Amino acid sequence: MDWTALILSLELASATMLVLLPIGVWAGRKLAWTRFRGKALVEASLALPLVLPPTVLGFYLLVAMGGATPLGRWYESLFGHQLTFSFQGLLVASLIFNLPFAVQPMQRAFEAIAPEVREAALCCGMSRLRLLRRVELPLAWPGILSAMVLIFAHTLGEFGVVLMVGGSIPGKTRTIAIAIYDRVQAFDTAGAGIMSAALLLISMLAIGLSYLITSPGGIRRHD
Amino acid sequence: MNVSGFLRGCAFAAYLALGFSATSRADAPVVAGAADLKFALQEIAAAFKEDTGREVNLVLGSSGDLYRQIGQGAPFRMFLSADEGFVFQLADAGKTVDRGNLYAIGRIAILVPHGSLLKADGKLSDLVAAVADGRVGKFAIANPEHAPYGKRAEEALRHVGVWERIKDRLVLGENVSQAAQFAASGGTQGGIVAYSLALAPAVARLGTCAPIPDSWHAPLRQRMVLLKGADETTRAFFRYMQRPAARAIMKRYGFLPPANR
Repeated sequence: MDWTALILSLELASATMLVLLPIGVWAGRKLAWTRFRGKALVEASLALPLVLPPTVLGFYLLVAMGGATPLGRWYESLFGHQLTFSFQGLLVASLIFNLPFAVQPMQRAFEAIAPEVREAALCCGMSRLRLLRRVELPLAWPGILSAMVLIFAHTLGEFGVVLMVGGSIPGKTRTIAIAIYDRVQAFDTAGAGIMSAALLLISMLAIGLSYLITSPGGIRRHD
Repeated sequence: MNVSGFLRGCAFAAYLALGFSATSRADAPVVAGAADLKFALQEIAAAFKEDTGREVNLVLGSSGDLYRQIGQGAPFRMFLSADEGFVFQLADAGKTVDRGNLYAIGRIAILVPHGSLLKADGKLSDLVAAVADGRVGKFAIANPEHAPYGKRAEEALRHVGVWERIKDRLVLGENVSQAAQFAASGGTQGGIVAYSLALAPAVARLGTCAPIPDSWHAPLRQRMVLLKGADETTRAFFRYMQRPAARAIMKRYGFLPPANR
């Protein structure tokens, strides 16, 4: 068992989750409740990573973040190291790749909140922030939680993008999915087997949890 | 569970994860090595750690891939290529400290899994016969485009005149270590891989192998080089590679010492 790789993957998944939480809530609310020109286009682009081959995204990120590009140079001058072949580079890739998993469940959850409920709360003089905290978030909570679970599980399994922009550096970019691949190449079937079983278990827990949350009679909404 | 409870949970998980990573071996310098070194280099790194108490992290891949990654700025401190051409190209591009040292001459070998219809015949005559009579379903080599051992395998197959006929039956490993995995795991009738991998215990128990005459292909002149920014540990490892202890391990894996040429 490659603990360094597992911990790295858990770090990446947690970081992706934390960064996408506010972004998902903001974008989910906007898309659920407002109509604007080009909304369909925005929704389509947010869903694009669902169908985009990971290697395609990996290729563009490699080209865009490499040391010779303006973005790559700007990042390097700011933080003193390159974005590709670093944990931060993986995080950027992971954020893009998980965007639809964050936005879509949250959007559905916010859409399900009856407008009367929000109007009533506003009429009673609730501030916007209080409305968000006390009414909207508790009502949309199952959607938000299932988005988080999906992001977490999806990040743990990410392979193509990581392989392209990561470089399999232990403790920095060698995630658990890459470590499994490495172990197979090293004829270490036992090692690959243990790590695969661990990922299978985590994935089953995650998907079970997300079904539990979204099913009626699962985690109750605040009434 | 409520919102703030969940957030606190997340923060705690992140804290734990970050706390753990601080104590991991993420700070050891990264040494990039050609995939044919998979087992030999791991053994040498372990011996290096035992002798000096210092540690290096190994990243293994096809020399061409590692070359590309170094060009793109991968934070490697040392590069052990299976083909000196990549080292010279990096030196010309100003990515290295100098033009490096030859550390070994590599060999290729035919590797045949137990139960295969092929014989492990270093002269490849059984392979030639097998291609003609249809015994070869699939045959593994490393991708000749960026893996030196794949290129040499192609040259050897051309030398015996079966390249054109075996081409469509080849499965290409991303690097020679994956090719060895394909060759030994029973999915193919065998493959041409690095002799060093075929000799490793983990591979040797899966099949039989025979070295292929090295006059049939261009020599695998394996060169290593320190990359710009190499630290003291990496430099020590570079010197260690040339010591008798490391040379003995390399010899055990079928490499010829560079002085022979």
